[in-house]
Amino acid sequence: MLSKLKVPLEKQKVMPVNGDEAVAYAVKQCLVDVVAAYPITPQTIIVERFSEFVANGEVKTQYVPVESEHSAMSACIGAAAAGARAFTSTSSQGLALMWENLYIASGFRLPIVMAVVNRALSAPINIHCDHSDAYGMRDSGWIQLFVENSQEAYDTTIQAFKIAENPEVQLPVAVNLDGFFLSHTLENVYMLPEEEVHEFLGGYRKPVKTYIDYLNREVEYKLDPASPLSIGPLDLYDYYFEHKMPQVEAMKRAGDVVRGVNEEWYELTGRSYGDGVIDSYAVEDADAVIVVLGSSAGTMKYVASVMRRKGFKVGVVRLRMFRPFPFNEVKDLLKGVKAVGVMDRGLSFGSYGPLYLEINTALYYSRERPLLVNYIYGLGGRDLSPAMAEEVFIDLINTAKLGEVKEYLKFIGVRS
Amino acid sequence: MKEELRGWKDLPIGAVTYKLSLEYRTGGWRTLKPVIDLNKCTRCMLCWLFCPDMAILWNGRDVVVSYDYCKGCGICAHECPVKAIDMVPEYS
Repeated sequence: MLSKLKVPLEKQKVMPVNGDEAVAYAVKQCLVDVVAAYPITPQTIIVERFSEFVANGEVKTQYVPVESEHSAMSACIGAAAAGARAFTSTSSQGLALMWENLYIASGFRLPIVMAVVNRALSAPINIHCDHSDAYGMRDSGWIQLFVENSQEAYDTTIQAFKIAENPEVQLPVAVNLDGFFLSHTLENVYMLPEEEVHEFLGGYRKPVKTYIDYLNREVEYKLDPASPLSIGPLDLYDYYFEHKMPQVEAMKRAGDVVRGVNEEWYELTGRSYGDGVIDSYAVEDADAVIVVLGSSAGTMKYVASVMRRKGFKVGVVRLRMFRPFPFNEVKDLLKGVKAVGVMDRGLSFGSYGPLYLEINTALYYSRERPLLVNYIYGLGGRDLSPAMAEEVFIDLINTAKLGEVKEYLKFIGVRS
Repeated sequence: MKEELRGWKDLPIGAVTYKLSLEYRTGGWRTLKPVIDLNKCTRCMLCWLFCPDMAILWNGRDVVVSYDYCKGCGICAHECPVKAIDMVPEYS
């Protein structure tokens, strides 16, 4: 199969970059019309590199240096409404400031792509990685993808445009990469020749068509004086509900599109990430399985491989797609596992970790329901060491042996 | 005229309006109605200029109010330099 790759490895360029730079290089190749962003640690390098590309004339992108993240998202919404391919990126407080506009981007069905470099939320102020920011935008109608390494950050950023702009989807996509663990860590990343990326995306963005009664024809969904549209009108109890339903349906279709794009990427580059939605490791005969998002999956897989050699039947499920949540796939995958541990790098105070709640929902209708424990770890960038990961697996194996869960919510690596 | 409400599968993408705002008659919002005394009116057209709803029209001879769209805000009456416009209750 690898010999049949469209772009074999020797035609790909290896670049020593960190996660942020990997994203910047990906965006550079994607024929993006407008980038509007405001720098915030640990996302800064993306904006820095990209503004250099613009200043050097390496890209034709219109770069809008805005005064806040609220404006960054607003500018992207305006650009995308005019038919442009738009990109932005942010972290933590910046994402929180964008919040109200996230719903507008998805409600308008604009295929904006945003890199979210995950960082903890204030207070107390912290610049390091956790997933509280991404969890905060959970219900905003965005597709949320989480990457494990910088190579995947590069690959997924390009894929995100293709997923977002698919006529069946037409939704904004957030590509999540862990702050510092990925954003500031050097890694060799394979990059495609630019024209291959252009071909993969089918050139510049093409807006979808929609039928407008008063024009008596189908027109491109974009602001154009030749076919005037009102985007964002007042919409009360008589139509608002109806306008939310297409978003529900588009989300239902998004999973298959993510899978398809992952497959297409494999044929192009030789790289794929599980089935695009779930990337699992040694789950088939496992008694104890960890479910996790982002870069920690690398540590968990490594520890699982070490423990496997010692005879422990452990496995790892990394969810690459958090929204839409792959309920059925998770249910099928975890069927027959004795104990499942859900690792959340962030939590809903007064409840559990958001990932745990989803897994719980997925497993509720399963006949062979595993024991389920929620492990909160790594808040504010606290490291998850292999030793800690092993402790989690051992705890989970003991839970499986005991046959019941004593404590549903556990905190890993915090001083008491 | 009660229009049949459409189901979600028949709507354009992104909550784009499929009808012109001309078809949305906002005159029903009104409680006070502007009435122009054409004997006092000097045809200066300040009311036309200030009307936020383009509900003041010129028919070639007189200034007329389009009651299909006038919401009765009273700006025209307030701006009229010769006090030719009275705001009278819609229902008495």
